[in-house]
Amino acid sequence: MLTSYVPIFIFIVIAAAFAAFTIVFARLVSAQKPNAIKLEPYECGIEAAGDARDRYSIRYYLIAMLFVIFDVETVFMFPWAVSLGKLAVFGLIEMLLFLFILVVGYFYAWRKGALEWQL
Amino acid sequence: MPPGFSSSDFYYLMPELVITAGALLVLALDVLLPRAWERVLSWVTVAVILGAGLALVPSAGQNLTIARDLVAIDGFATFFKVLFLVAAALTVLMSPRYLTLENVHPGEYYFLVLCATLGMMFMAGGVDLITLFIGLETMAVSFYVLTGIIRPNKRSNEAAIKYFVLGAFSLGLLLYGMSILYGLTGSTHLRVIATSLVAGDGGLLLPFAVMLLVAGIGFKIAAVPFHMWAPDVYEGAPTPITAFLSVGSKAASFAMLLRIFVAGLPAFRADGLGTAWGQPFGWGAFFYVLAVVTMTVGNLAALTQGNIKRLLAYSSIAHAGYILIGIVAGSTRGVSAALVYLMIYAFMQLGAFAVVVMLRRKDIIGDELKDLTGLYATHPGAAIAMLVFMLSLGGIPPTAGFMGKFWVFGAAIDAGYVWLAVIGVLNSAVSLYYYIRIVVFMWISEEEEKSAAFGISPAVATVLAVTLAMTVLLGIYPRLLFDFAQASAASLGSVPSLGLR
Repeated sequence: MLTSYVPIFIFIVIAAAFAAFTIVFARLVSAQKPNAIKLEPYECGIEAAGDARDRYSIRYYLIAMLFVIFDVETVFMFPWAVSLGKLAVFGLIEMLLFLFILVVGYFYAWRKGALEWQL
Repeated sequence: MPPGFSSSDFYYLMPELVITAGALLVLALDVLLPRAWERVLSWVTVAVILGAGLALVPSAGQNLTIARDLVAIDGFATFFKVLFLVAAALTVLMSPRYLTLENVHPGEYYFLVLCATLGMMFMAGGVDLITLFIGLETMAVSFYVLTGIIRPNKRSNEAAIKYFVLGAFSLGLLLYGMSILYGLTGSTHLRVIATSLVAGDGGLLLPFAVMLLVAGIGFKIAAVPFHMWAPDVYEGAPTPITAFLSVGSKAASFAMLLRIFVAGLPAFRADGLGTAWGQPFGWGAFFYVLAVVTMTVGNLAALTQGNIKRLLAYSSIAHAGYILIGIVAGSTRGVSAALVYLMIYAFMQLGAFAVVVMLRRKDIIGDELKDLTGLYATHPGAAIAMLVFMLSLGGIPPTAGFMGKFWVFGAAIDAGYVWLAVIGVLNSAVSLYYYIRIVVFMWISEEEEKSAAFGISPAVATVLAVTLAMTVLLGIYPRLLFDFAQASAASLGSVPSLGLR
């Protein structure tokens, strides 16, 4: 039974070896001429300005959480859509119920002003 | 309908469905109703819980599994569902005035109380590790938020963060244990686990899994040494939530413990996990140690507390120890003793917290022992009720607490754990000191310190009346509860019966 894991093991070894080889080889052959600008932390090519440890508005998190909820909802709907043929009307009703529960939550968040940037 | 489901599944799931629909209704009403109508929400919530109670009636006397074997509708589940619904209803009843004083918006509050109740119901009914875990998660997440729902209050926030971090960690342990059980048996269903595991399976993995499960659930029932969160969380949480946490969450975790260990690992109670000092041991040994340590540490720590909520937190830790005695005893009698104790504990604990809720008034937090000073002079009714709850928690006859302890210790002696019963009795004696201390504070009266009289809202009065009546009634006439608990315990999986009395 354990032998079925051998290909995975080989795969892990090759992946690790490839990564290690690339890093070591690049170190060996590359020319290194560091200067102050090169050693700065990389921030999308733009010059770094200010401290990274800043305070964010709590609204970022609200929006992010709402996004995740509805994102997961969509993810959930893909496998459902694929197997809808088998699930038939039962599956359709189940999904409608699931959506209804989410819509109540959405309605609640909306009315509470979670979607407004400024209160 | 796909195979494995039938319309009767939904019939038996009605209580859960009513709670779910009710929770959504509360959430919708919260944003639809004008602010002045807020008070309606508590009544809607109580109505929803009563409706769920009515929907529970068809489940009585049933013994079957539904929804592809994931949920059991048996006496055990029904017993606990009754307990949860009663606890939830009493919690909601003692909340409105407290929420107004603390400036908490009631919509989310009642919604989360209903969600927590829903999670508990699945913890009692689940016979599959995944169902149990999702139930636990639903309950725990609701409680994390409820603990911190008094937003400007630092104690409340601190409690919520502590509870969340430690709770998430303990859930991780529990899930790790469950995953090992799954790895050993190839199934998450408790019945399959119970029938397919034999001693020696997986070598050290099985004892390791049991240890993780004990630790994970030990955290939820606040057993020493996994209790450190309890005093801080109980103190910081809104008082009605503290009550619900110490009754509902604890009972639900015990339900889950009984399901996993008594129904899922019945062969490993007394032996099969290995040997220590030449003696074979099983999960019973873990709970033996936990019970002794939990009772002793809980009671000793409670002796020095000056804050009522902290004191009751330590006392609730100690009570978890007493209940564990019933589980160590393990027979149908032991399990039914644990159930009886949980039900009785629910009433006396909720009653005691209702008095603490009552003490909260404008500008006075009312959770220090000295806030009880002179309560008898100003509110004799509440003081006498508190006296009964304290005597009952201490285990003095003829209150219900005595019957609970009597039944638990009796089960332990019956199963041959005499020393465990002796330690339990000694601990009850110790606990009397701090329960009586609360009473002393209520009876001494210092005129200059006595605060102005405060009104008792009819809802809180109802809670006091119900809990007081049940605490006295179950002490004098416990027969009905005993029969109910015994029938429920018998329905729990394959409990090895040692003969009923």
